[in-house]
Amino acid sequence: MNAKPRTLPLSKRGMSFETFMWAFTRATALGMYGFILFGVVGALAMGAQHSMTFVEVLRWALVSNPGHVEYTNLPDITPFASMFWRLVASGMFLTAGSHGIHGVIVVLDDYLPKDNQRNWNRYLNMAMFFVVAAAGLYIIWTA
Amino acid sequence: MGLKRDVSLSTALRYKGQGPFLTFILHRIGGLGMAIFITVHILATFVEKQGWAIGDFINDIYMSPPFQIFILFCVLFHAINGLRITILDLFPTRLIQYHRQAIAIEWVIFIILFSFAAVSAVTTAIGRL
Repeated sequence: MNAKPRTLPLSKRGMSFETFMWAFTRATALGMYGFILFGVVGALAMGAQHSMTFVEVLRWALVSNPGHVEYTNLPDITPFASMFWRLVASGMFLTAGSHGIHGVIVVLDDYLPKDNQRNWNRYLNMAMFFVVAAAGLYIIWTA
Repeated sequence: MGLKRDVSLSTALRYKGQGPFLTFILHRIGGLGMAIFITVHILATFVEKQGWAIGDFINDIYMSPPFQIFILFCVLFHAINGLRITILDLFPTRLIQYHRQAIAIEWVIFIILFSFAAVSAVTTAIGRL
């Protein structure tokens, strides 16, 4: 038996903050798939096929930080450490970070019944996001 | 007084939750696993750059095959399940009715990719010895 769809079109649902974050979560997920694919293609174009294992290529593709290719057999990591790839790494990192911190807040909200607790959940997680984002960007740009 | 609807994980999986509930729980476990891993990995790398040995120690744990296999599970399951959710959400009227079939396809893709990735992680670790 086919279940009847119970979804409403956006025109009937309206654009609330919840709807926006629902769309944001999906948009950032699609963005991350794009970044990963771009990282894999970039690594292969820069000569990874003879000098990196599959695991090492994936590690680079997840965040294209030059530190992620430091211990591979690549003879020269200079192309991997260009400003372009650091920008790509920063984009992936901030996209993943914002997607992730929203996900953590949503999961923890399910276990926090009081408004006060949910507010603190937001404050603490947002504060943690800014600290980790600053540390992550420092690592990417100084590696 | 509202109904008490809290049930244990095993009860939820045996009752109506089954496949969709399992993917829901594994998606959350995978997401939280990655969030904790990435946060600690970034902070460990940051303190390692400041010359603190604790950062090096934590990142060495992350390089171990058991941990890599765990994080590969989190990443691959969360990514493949997330892609299924996104595709179904983009075309709800056409696709939501096939969500159980979509979950079956998801598991086939996940098992193939995860097996390949786990074997690669182990052979890479053996190659480093």
